[in-house]
Amino acid sequence: MCRPMVFDPRLDALSARAYLLATMDAAASPLLPESFLRWFESRGWQPRAHQIELLEMARQRDSVLLVAPTGAGKTLAGFLPSLVALAARGKRKPGSAGRRGVHTLYISPLKALAVDIARNLEAPVAGIGLDIRIETRTGDTPSHKRQRQKHVPPDILLTTPEQIALLLSDAQGRQMLSGVDTIILDELHALVTSKRGDLLSLGLAALRRLSPGLRSIGLSATVAEPDDLRAYLVGQTPDETPDETPDEIPGTERALAGLVTVAGGAEPDITILDTAERLPWSGHSARHAVGEIYRIIKDHRTSLVFVNTRSQAEALFQALWHANDENLPIALHHGSLDVGQRRKVEAAMAAGTLRAIVCTSSLDLGIDWGDVDLVVNVGAPKGASRLAQRIGRANHRMDEPSRAILVPANRFEVLECQAALAASRAGHQDTPPLRTGGLDVLAQHVLGCACAGPFDPLELYREIRSAEPYRGLAWEQFEQVVDFVATGGYALRTYERYSRLKREEDGRFRLSHPKIAQQYRLNVGTIVEAPMLKVRLVRSKADGRRTPVGRGGRWLGEIEEWFVEQLSLGDTFLFAGEILRFEGLRENEAYVSRGRAEAPKIPSYQGGKFPLSTYLAASVRAMVADPRSWTALPDQVREWLEIQQLRSALPAPDGLLVETFPRANKHYLVCYPFDGRLAHQTLGMLLTRRLERLGARPMGFVANDYALAVWCLADLGEMIGCGRLSLAELFDEDMLGDDLDAWLAESSLMKRTFRNCAVIAGLIERRHPGQEKSGRQVTISSDLIYDVLHRHEPDHILLQATWQDAATGLLDISRLGELLRRIRERITHTPLARVSPLAVPVMLEIGKEPVYGEAQEALLADAADDLVREAMG
Amino acid sequence: MRPFTARIETRRYAPVCHDISIAGELVGLHDSGALWWPDQNTLVVADLHFEKGSSFARKGVMLPPYDTAATLEKLAEAIDAFQPTRVVALGDSFHDGEGSDRLPAAYRAMLTTLQLGREWIWVTGNHDPVAPVGLCGETVDEVALGRLVFRHEPLAGADPGEIAGHLHPAARIRRYGRSVRRPCFATDGHRLVMPAFGVLTGGLNVLDQAWKPFFTPRAFSVFLLGDGRLYPFTASRLVGD
Repeated sequence: MCRPMVFDPRLDALSARAYLLATMDAAASPLLPESFLRWFESRGWQPRAHQIELLEMARQRDSVLLVAPTGAGKTLAGFLPSLVALAARGKRKPGSAGRRGVHTLYISPLKALAVDIARNLEAPVAGIGLDIRIETRTGDTPSHKRQRQKHVPPDILLTTPEQIALLLSDAQGRQMLSGVDTIILDELHALVTSKRGDLLSLGLAALRRLSPGLRSIGLSATVAEPDDLRAYLVGQTPDETPDETPDEIPGTERALAGLVTVAGGAEPDITILDTAERLPWSGHSARHAVGEIYRIIKDHRTSLVFVNTRSQAEALFQALWHANDENLPIALHHGSLDVGQRRKVEAAMAAGTLRAIVCTSSLDLGIDWGDVDLVVNVGAPKGASRLAQRIGRANHRMDEPSRAILVPANRFEVLECQAALAASRAGHQDTPPLRTGGLDVLAQHVLGCACAGPFDPLELYREIRSAEPYRGLAWEQFEQVVDFVATGGYALRTYERYSRLKREEDGRFRLSHPKIAQQYRLNVGTIVEAPMLKVRLVRSKADGRRTPVGRGGRWLGEIEEWFVEQLSLGDTFLFAGEILRFEGLRENEAYVSRGRAEAPKIPSYQGGKFPLSTYLAASVRAMVADPRSWTALPDQVREWLEIQQLRSALPAPDGLLVETFPRANKHYLVCYPFDGRLAHQTLGMLLTRRLERLGARPMGFVANDYALAVWCLADLGEMIGCGRLSLAELFDEDMLGDDLDAWLAESSLMKRTFRNCAVIAGLIERRHPGQEKSGRQVTISSDLIYDVLHRHEPDHILLQATWQDAATGLLDISRLGELLRRIRERITHTPLARVSPLAVPVMLEIGKEPVYGEAQEALLADAADDLVREAMG
Repeated sequence: MRPFTARIETRRYAPVCHDISIAGELVGLHDSGALWWPDQNTLVVADLHFEKGSSFARKGVMLPPYDTAATLEKLAEAIDAFQPTRVVALGDSFHDGEGSDRLPAAYRAMLTTLQLGREWIWVTGNHDPVAPVGLCGETVDEVALGRLVFRHEPLAGADPGEIAGHLHPAARIRRYGRSVRRPCFATDGHRLVMPAFGVLTGGLNVLDQAWKPFFTPRAFSVFLLGDGRLYPFTASRLVGD
């Protein structure tokens, strides 16, 4: 009955109909029933080639990865096979009690996207006249509805990875998910690179065991390594005895899902803003270009203006608002804003009443905006693929080019934009590689499995290893994780009697108390947010009224606790597009009033949230090293590099340029690895330790995405010149040994990483709203646990998980390792009498402290100009 | 009350203390968080919270089981440094009422060794309202020595000379846009609230509402615990959490 059919990839959208008709003639069961074809026709559409191809894959029960640019009808392609299958299933008898399970699961990284897709599915379902129940299930779904879904499951359930984990942790939920036919994973490229992707891969493995016929469909933007995603979608069968190290996975062939690729539509039309203004040396606000950005917005129908951080979004929005002489409807959208306000902005956008939205990655994914005709990317793109995905937000029709303008905020960002532009033209991708599954996530999953019922350890181990990220998991590590879940996994075995898991006679593990399942449900998920405070608008105390600060003001959104800690009463800052005055803290709320200050205290820039991709970094290094490539650069930037060449030297593409120079009674060492702020910070930390030992008396360091500056009291240039300090030894890879260990013991970044792992693994509980009152002296600080554990049990599974994270996360140790290997024996020292042009941007980052009022602004500007004159004069 | 002891030992080094006067008695604040009262040869430690890890483990939260050992080591160092003839444990010495019962034998032996040859007073606390099981020492709800009164929870409106724990004082200092939060001693000259000595204990910012009954806002000082020294600040220089 399943007729083999060769699909011709040259088939284009227009011939699909003819192809279909031919198929219908030949086969008893056409791929698309007549009712579907009529609906397509009624919309003036043709089924696209890849949509048909996915139907064919479905018929053969193959899992598949669909890689397509935005606007290709990706979502519909994913759902069509399920809609066709459900249509063929026949009508449900009215009032029949016969229970049918969930047919298709749809998983999205964003709650909002699940809701949006549910809405979008209504059109075809109604248009074709299908009797299909479609429901969403997210953290916002009321509990009575969730309960009903377990008893009367919908045909199609749209949900998130966390909800899948929750459903799998309960016997009823597992019942509901047994017999699923198809699972659709949307925006898979975004999911797999995070711990949420780890959690979902484990859920997928469990689902495959619950529903043996399960087929998965992955929908993704273009990625560097599609095979990783294809492997993620299907069950793996690795060797029984894996290597000790998960990195060296045994050479068995990976099982892969099928692949359907839709070639990109028209090539995007990208330009870099050639500003008439003076290009800043540092900073990320692009304040210089606000007038130009405003004119660009005026010239287009609807623009999406992307920035990298929330504080940049606030600052840019504020500046645009000042420039907004014509009162254009411009809105602000970022993850800290009140949900209600965000939904309003999204609705206005969908209705086409906005001319521009200033937004962060909160709008990187998913939701279809329809009418955007321009993407403006302010600041550095940080990655070629990220930029491509943002640009794809403009113009959701494949056959028209997306238009984008890049606005670099400083000179180095000009180089980065150039590199991204070249990558885009060449079609290069730099999406991060697939992760090795986190042990903290695994611990959470193992507890979740125990919550659903007793498990056999060997069976669970096999199931877990069928998930691609955990393919290389060693049995010993799995045992350690189970031991951690049971008793904390400590060498000192004093907690046996409190064990959360009990071993039964048949060898299975059972939850020792149902209360533990409740704890688990409160802690499920892998997103550990920085502690947030709600921001509530109240009347100002400053206007002399003696009344207490009023209650009942409206929510503006949420703000990180660390930021509020920096504020004193009366400080002003930008939030939700307004200048706000801090009025005080009450429980977990920050009270604010409308500020009257002209110059707000802007949240200090926390650096790009995304590290500079290795690919772009290499391109920038190559560009700087090659004067012939400078012709594409604006005059100001070219002049800057030319003077650098004259005064000092150009960093070689694979080497490391180290400059030393005295300045204001201190001696500076500046180097240019171009490996991202995180790796540079770690390097700075380790270099200062070593310089200290060598008697150079280091005083501090500062890093940006491109360079690192260290300053000392001793004359570094002289020390190197007389051979008292060897740069080769200073930058030797062995710094990743003892020095790193010693530093990690006290590093606050490591402690933050540990906290995340401890929360995900379930060692410490999440803070939930309303718990703050319980008195902080009894809550346990994860820092203290880290100290105790680091001292007494350095090999503990949670420290292993923390180390695994630190290698790629906040400390970027793996990248630092690559850096040190790359520059070995390729270090050039250039002693200078004064600061070099290339060093100016990183030197300007020194002493960036919260700035109050205009006097300090002027002072800083003066200081900055001095530095520039010194370098260029 | 104070037994006569003729034991005079030379200390290997003189521990550095910050000397202050509470109700006219000269006492020394030590960077370990202990209080040293030279006139009475008395060492005071507050909120040891022994067996906090196992107390959580009982409820399914598997904190590392090393807290008791680490706190004991810290206590042994302080006792070794000061060679007190009397030790006052100022309440919440065990994290819960059964804590002393759960104390593993090795730690019990270590604690008993520390107690040898000196007077030991367990002041009861809200976490450990009963006498510890199977350990030496006298259990009291509060104790008066000289002009000082030692009790676990500070009393609103207490007479001058109260030494208390319970609140786990901590303070935050901000400078150059960065902030540091540390456990601290808090005092207004009449009363002293000691930091928690246990290693797995958090702190309550002294600017929190909970402190209002005990110190007039801004009219007290704190001594932040540092490495080898203490950092004194007046309350007006502190920031909240």
